[in-house]
Amino acid sequence: MARLELSHLSKHFGPTVAVRDVTLDVGDGEFIVLLGPSGCGKTTTLRMIAGFVAPTTGRVRLGGREVTTLPPWQRNAGMVFQSYALFPHLTVAQNVAFGLEMRKLTPTDIRPRVTEALRMVRLAGYEERLPRELSGGQQQRVALARALAIHPDVLLLDEPLSNLDAKLRETVRVEIRELQRQLGITTVMVTHDQEEALIMADRLVVMSEGEVRQVGTQRELYERPADRFVAGFVGRSNILPGKVVQSGRFETDGGLALACAGGAPGPAVMAVRPERLVLGGPAAHLPNRFAGTVELVSYLGANIDVHVRVSPADRVVVSQPNRADVQLPEVGVGIEVGWPIEAGVLFAEDAARPGTD
Amino acid sequence: MSDAGPLTIDGRTLGRWAFNGVAGGALVFVLLPLVFVTWLSFFQQEIPSFPPEGYSLKWFKAIWSNPKFVTGFVLSLQVAVFAMFAGLVLGVPAALCIARFRFPGREWLNSLLLLPLVVPGIVLGTSLYVFHVELQIVFDDVVILGSIAALIAGHILLVVPWCVRLVTASLAGFDRSVEEAALNLGATPTRAFFRVTLPIIRPGIVAAALFGFVVSFGNLEMTLFLVGAGRTTLPIAILQYLEWKIDPTIAAVSVLQISLIAAAMIVTDRFVKLSRVV
Repeated sequence: MARLELSHLSKHFGPTVAVRDVTLDVGDGEFIVLLGPSGCGKTTTLRMIAGFVAPTTGRVRLGGREVTTLPPWQRNAGMVFQSYALFPHLTVAQNVAFGLEMRKLTPTDIRPRVTEALRMVRLAGYEERLPRELSGGQQQRVALARALAIHPDVLLLDEPLSNLDAKLRETVRVEIRELQRQLGITTVMVTHDQEEALIMADRLVVMSEGEVRQVGTQRELYERPADRFVAGFVGRSNILPGKVVQSGRFETDGGLALACAGGAPGPAVMAVRPERLVLGGPAAHLPNRFAGTVELVSYLGANIDVHVRVSPADRVVVSQPNRADVQLPEVGVGIEVGWPIEAGVLFAEDAARPGTD
Repeated sequence: MSDAGPLTIDGRTLGRWAFNGVAGGALVFVLLPLVFVTWLSFFQQEIPSFPPEGYSLKWFKAIWSNPKFVTGFVLSLQVAVFAMFAGLVLGVPAALCIARFRFPGREWLNSLLLLPLVVPGIVLGTSLYVFHVELQIVFDDVVILGSIAALIAGHILLVVPWCVRLVTASLAGFDRSVEEAALNLGATPTRAFFRVTLPIIRPGIVAAALFGFVVSFGNLEMTLFLVGAGRTTLPIAILQYLEWKIDPTIAAVSVLQISLIAAAMIVTDRFVKLSRVV
């Protein structure tokens, strides 16, 4: 078990910058998720940790050991690949034993560790099967057992659940998380699925365009997003572009005048979580309230989304918990919508980087 | 197959009949010569005529009393085995490079390696012969023209395209992350190659070996130019025998040759499903 430290890690492929100046400390036994859309550099970062990609600048330390220039086979990192990458010509037991054989362990030492690893992933009794005789979920567990059998300093998971069907994914992510906690193994997972990230991580690293946008717990990211990208990527936000006229006054491009908390004058966007908006009567005493028209009502089971147009340029989504007493508004009717001042989060628009959502 | 009466035959049934008919016809067209050659080899009379006057195994016995067939068979076997192994040693790494790396001239190299497949054997034989003559003039102290080494070198040319084609085909669907997994688990690139890559592409290599062997063993046109004085391969021995006689010995020899190749295919198929690689 070990700490993992990335300092000022960058990777350039010719003129394109895949990863820019990533610094991250992963504590012993911590579960970190790198979250971001495709092409954000999260996989490249993971591959630099594994040693498949040589960083252009920066350093990787694993368990206090400098590994930046070590090839993959000299780092003690266990990786689960997106395609599982099982050896098709070897049995389940031989797959799991592979890393131990490479470490020159004797067969008598290998056997109990293979049994133990397969027991952990609940595949005892499958030793003699070939990978192609297993279901996708079982293959995924063999890949996990194979990575864990070498007792790695860090476990690397590259979108490990993306090839499983939705139902299986829900159970497997909880299983992986519990196993990781029992073993206390330092883990870095890459995913583009925010729900998966929120469920599994101790801390999340939100990445976009090769850069780390924010590092924090689920709560920190959700309640205090560092920028507009994070606000839109972790959970949902109503994004209202406009400008801060003076501290405490925000005006949307559609002409709505809003009260806000602070803010320096200049172009900005306001982000409001859909569940913080209030519809109808209860909105009456809120400082930010507007008359709008219901344009769409989506019944989602636990929640109901109501899309309300509040100005020609601004439409907001209001998410209401589905309770027995909730009345669904009808499309086309006029309705009041409002939210408390503290629900609106302001981001100054960076002129150098427009439209990064 | 269908319970539809003649009045209710629809387009699909008709189409299926047509397809089966064409496929069956093609199969008969391919197999008929083999059947006839095999049948003929058991005829009793010397001049083939139908119906046979009786059946006999004497033509198979006659093969062994003809030294040209025996030495021809041995030489063909030696050349094919050598060419097969040399072709693999050259072709497999070449296929790996072509499938794995992007480099200038890659397409060009790929076409070049496949070229012996499309160049007619006569052209290949003539040009190699001229080349050997010229080499012989330059290096007059070693025997090149008509040597076994030169013959085998020519046959390697026949084997290499098959190795390149079949091995690149087996690498086409290869998941590189499997190799990365091996490296990640502590294997050096060399160990990863021998423990993971090679076993996975083995079906392609086995098929390449088989096809290389068969192509070399049965080659006539190119070999005619390269075989030295006083030497014959089996196909040449057959050709020479045919110039004087048409008795069923030829059929018997052909049956032996067909059996050998069929046996090689059946044995190979037990290790590798040929239908999956070709």
